[in-house]
Amino acid sequence: MSVLLAARGLSAGWGGCPVLSGIDLQLGSGEVLGLLGPNGAGKSTLLRAMAGDLAPLAGTLALEGRTLADWAPEQRARRVAYLPQASKLAFPFTVHEVVMLGRLPHDAGRRADEAIVAEVLAWTDTNHLASRLYTLLSGGEQQRVQLARVLCQLLHRAPDEPLGGRLLLLDEPSAALDLRHQQLLADTVRNLAARGCSVVLSLHDLNLLSSLADRLLVLADGECRALDTPAALLTRAFLGELFGTELAVQPHPLKGYPLVFPAL
Amino acid sequence: MGAVLALCGAVSQGLFRNPLADPSLIGVTGGATLGAAAAMALGAAALPALPVLTVVSLGAFAGGVAAVLLVYRLATDSTGTSVATMLLAGIAITALAGALVSLFEFYADNALLRRISLWKMGGLETGSRPEVLLALGVTAVLCVALPRHGSALNALLLGESEAAHLGIRVGRLKAILVAWIALGVGVSVALAGTIAFVGLVVPHVVRLAIGPDHRYLLPGSAMAGAILLLLADTAARLLAPPAEIPVGILTALVGVPFFLSLLRQRARFGMVAA
Repeated sequence: MSVLLAARGLSAGWGGCPVLSGIDLQLGSGEVLGLLGPNGAGKSTLLRAMAGDLAPLAGTLALEGRTLADWAPEQRARRVAYLPQASKLAFPFTVHEVVMLGRLPHDAGRRADEAIVAEVLAWTDTNHLASRLYTLLSGGEQQRVQLARVLCQLLHRAPDEPLGGRLLLLDEPSAALDLRHQQLLADTVRNLAARGCSVVLSLHDLNLLSSLADRLLVLADGECRALDTPAALLTRAFLGELFGTELAVQPHPLKGYPLVFPAL
Repeated sequence: MGAVLALCGAVSQGLFRNPLADPSLIGVTGGATLGAAAAMALGAAALPALPVLTVVSLGAFAGGVAAVLLVYRLATDSTGTSVATMLLAGIAITALAGALVSLFEFYADNALLRRISLWKMGGLETGSRPEVLLALGVTAVLCVALPRHGSALNALLLGESEAAHLGIRVGRLKAILVAWIALGVGVSVALAGTIAFVGLVVPHVVRLAIGPDHRYLLPGSAMAGAILLLLADTAARLLAPPAEIPVGILTALVGVPFFLSLLRQRARFGMVAA
């Protein structure tokens, strides 16, 4: 598995004061990495550093061996797509127009753009919303539309092309989604990863994270506490200490991955 | 001029991600007015070699640029640009500029006073050949330059960092757009005084009609602005002949009630208060 993104001794933060320090990480292509940690642990900061929003305060962060800042913005936009926690679009674009904005870095032509948009609308179950006004949608619908926009940014020329060398960053993508759409999101992430796309996502839903992620990066107070498979990390003792609360862990009755419950 | 004002209005609404942004609300018009008044009062004496028109235009342009930079600087910190702060800063700058213009008027002699105050009301009555040429030139340049940024402005509506993730060089884009706005508003203020609300209302109406996509919004606004101002100017000439009501008064009289009714109806069109 080739390395897509490599962090070495990475520190990042706002206004020169680090929120995150000493992160070492190698992300392979097609790997799904879950970020886990209490509120304020630095999950969003790490995602924004990977998206190129925050320049490293120390250490390096390289995409295919080249520092993020060395990539031309247009080139990087074709490789890295980032879904922020909250979006604040306040103009009444239609859903189709919002999703089409994701095609901005590409010049695949109108036909290919339309085909790709139609495909990601199906992935996110937003087909039926295409001509609605974005500003009049519910929170969960808006989140799915933004997800669709970010997904169609990752595709270059065709909906079914291989996706090696691309990185999808999702910050709390399931926060406003109902159960069915959480499953749809999980299916999409698995499908993209199987085609070679690397995915980094933060989720508070431990069970969704456990079913999706190849490895988990556990953050606490801006430092890396652990980096391992969900099976190795999602244990009662480790989670209880991390979140400071009593939890119970059981294997999934059908799939076997660990499930986490509050131990009331 | 109408086209220029409406274009600048549409671009600043996109730039500040706020449908209420207008060159006159964020202090650009105020700054340009101050620059032009200062140029009228002081510049003609200081630089007698240059034609008056050039001095006033330069003053208005400089005032516009200074105001927009100041407002932008005040409203931006490490976390980004706050639209609310920008509007408040714009109000403050406008008030300051207004006070300074009044100061110039206070010390002006009668002829100059009448010139400043007539010009402040906004009018298109004085159309000398070089003025018309300058207006045409700037309009042509802006009509070509600004619509090219339509797609980028669409991306900017998502937020600055989101636009950056889409490969837009956001810093450079903002600098270019601010410079164009200051040029357009500066020249328009220098030639025609303050013509209120065209920059605010026209993009609004066009957006309601054809949607917020800047690729169509910018040319649409330019055309609608030109038509609106032509109508307003014709009305201004016909209402009380042979006198000509300054057209700025007319656009404000019509524009303000229209703007207030837009405010009340925004929710229906899916506009969320920013």
